[in-house]
Amino acid sequence: MTQSERTREEQRLTGVSRDRREGRRDAGRPPAGDNGTLGMKIQDLSAFYGGFKAVTDVSMDIRANKVTALIGPSGCGKSTYIRCLNRMHEVIPGARAEGSVTLGDQDIYAKGSDPVVIRRRVGMVFQKPNPFSKSIYENVAWGARINGFRGDVDELVERSLRQAALWDEVKDRLKESGYGLSGGQQQRLCIARTLAVEPEVILMDEPASALDPVSTQKIEDTMAELKKSYTVVIVTHNMQQAARISDYTGFFYIVNMGDPGRLWEFDETEKIFSNPERKETEDYVTGRFG
Amino acid sequence: MAVEAGRMRSKEGDWQRNSRGREFKERVIKFLLTACAYLSIFTTIGIVVVLFEETVRFFLDVSIVEFLTSTRWAPNTGDFGVLPLVYGTLMATFIAIAVALPIGLLTAIYLSEYAPRRLRQYLKPALEILAGVPTVVYGYFALTFITPFLGNNLFSDIDSFNAISAGLIMGVMIIPTVASVSEDAIYAVPRSLREGAYALGATKRETATKIVVPAALSGIVAAVILGISRAIGETMIVTIAMGSQANFGGTPLESMQAMTAYIVQVVGGETPRGSAVFGSIFAVGSALFLMTLALNLASYWFVRRFREIY
Repeated sequence: MTQSERTREEQRLTGVSRDRREGRRDAGRPPAGDNGTLGMKIQDLSAFYGGFKAVTDVSMDIRANKVTALIGPSGCGKSTYIRCLNRMHEVIPGARAEGSVTLGDQDIYAKGSDPVVIRRRVGMVFQKPNPFSKSIYENVAWGARINGFRGDVDELVERSLRQAALWDEVKDRLKESGYGLSGGQQQRLCIARTLAVEPEVILMDEPASALDPVSTQKIEDTMAELKKSYTVVIVTHNMQQAARISDYTGFFYIVNMGDPGRLWEFDETEKIFSNPERKETEDYVTGRFG
Repeated sequence: MAVEAGRMRSKEGDWQRNSRGREFKERVIKFLLTACAYLSIFTTIGIVVVLFEETVRFFLDVSIVEFLTSTRWAPNTGDFGVLPLVYGTLMATFIAIAVALPIGLLTAIYLSEYAPRRLRQYLKPALEILAGVPTVVYGYFALTFITPFLGNNLFSDIDSFNAISAGLIMGVMIIPTVASVSEDAIYAVPRSLREGAYALGATKRETATKIVVPAALSGIVAAVILGISRAIGETMIVTIAMGSQANFGGTPLESMQAMTAYIVQVVGGETPRGSAVFGSIFAVGSALFLMTLALNLASYWFVRRFREIY
């Protein structure tokens, strides 16, 4: 029996869909004994594209100064979900989200909450490097300027580029266009640009999927550095990457085609990869599907 | 029709491509296409050659230095200084661009960044239809509506033929060109760039004006240069509304003559062929041609130099 056949069979026998019974469980609760500080608290988050529900009822506690990885098969809503965490999802016409996402003591979906302010506090690095058509220096400085940074811009640019492990490669060509860099350098430029507005949380949507192994390595090294001062959430298709860099891992899963994606299991990365609670998680992390 | 059990491939003989005479057909098609392409190129070259030939003949009679430097244009008394005509053309063009650049660019930004998708779907083609209004209509609109309006409300000493109404209405004429071409450039900026800006906490306005527009700059410049080219070459509006009196250094409220308007005047009049006056239209035509050519080359250079590879 295939995965979906098994699910449907079970549904027929019990009369209750398996995900209805188990999908939400206590998936998002932090593991027992964990006493890290809370970075973001997501409660019952659902995301829609027009009438289509892409993600449903995700609850998750994201630990501050840790790397949280989101894994799962294609089309299960990981990217949609991560875009909800800084209100980027609603940029797409017709898209909206329900539920609450608490950052500090503020619900970013509360009435009157300003997405422009939220996005400064929760930065984002995208799948494809998207530097601006400006110089390397301006790419980094621009975000700080529009946010009213009054300090030493030169110093901020250097610090951000150093944190993104790009400074040594570009320090002599800061005035040149960002498009002249290689793909991996462009992506690190985008990371530097995000760091320059000093967010609290950094979201990364498959930041290394378009890059070669050497560049990927550099990005991963950068992330290990970043979590000292930032909370990082990363979507990745690469399970080794999730295992290498993350402290917590959330597994997203979709039961039948057309259903919304759900958070199937969320735990410490080590637990997810060595001893997951659910069969689907185990099948996925051991490479049996996806 | 049911699929035959066990069949993985089509039957023998199902595939019968006719390859007889293929080589010949390919060659005929290639010849026809090539001929069409060269026809238009050679026609253009032919026109340019004739234009320059007549121009050279004109300059055997009239000094080219006088033509390019004298500020007096009175063909009937033998004064052939082209600058007053160039002045008229540039004055009208300048006014037109002063109108069309801001309005066209803001229209483009609105359509691409702010207008609801549905509205854009209707507005964009409507704008392009506006570009199809015959210029002669614009011309008498300027003469019979804009000039009296300006005379009654703003400038009481305005000439009945003047540069400002012709320029303003010419600006209206090229708004669709500037707006439509720059909208294409702005719309083509990938969404990922906008998202990158939003993710830093940029507002919609900051994203549109500081990220999207600069990224589309080469296309916007191309649109403006295209607009300028159209304005320089525009004939009917300036002929009807700007006057037929060469005027070097005049104000926009005065009557002046554009290069194109002069050519119309001579061709439509009773000037004998072979006379110096008749020859002058080729010289003016050449000057006009070189001006638009220079602009198009500048546009081409600019687009190549500043095009962004996203």
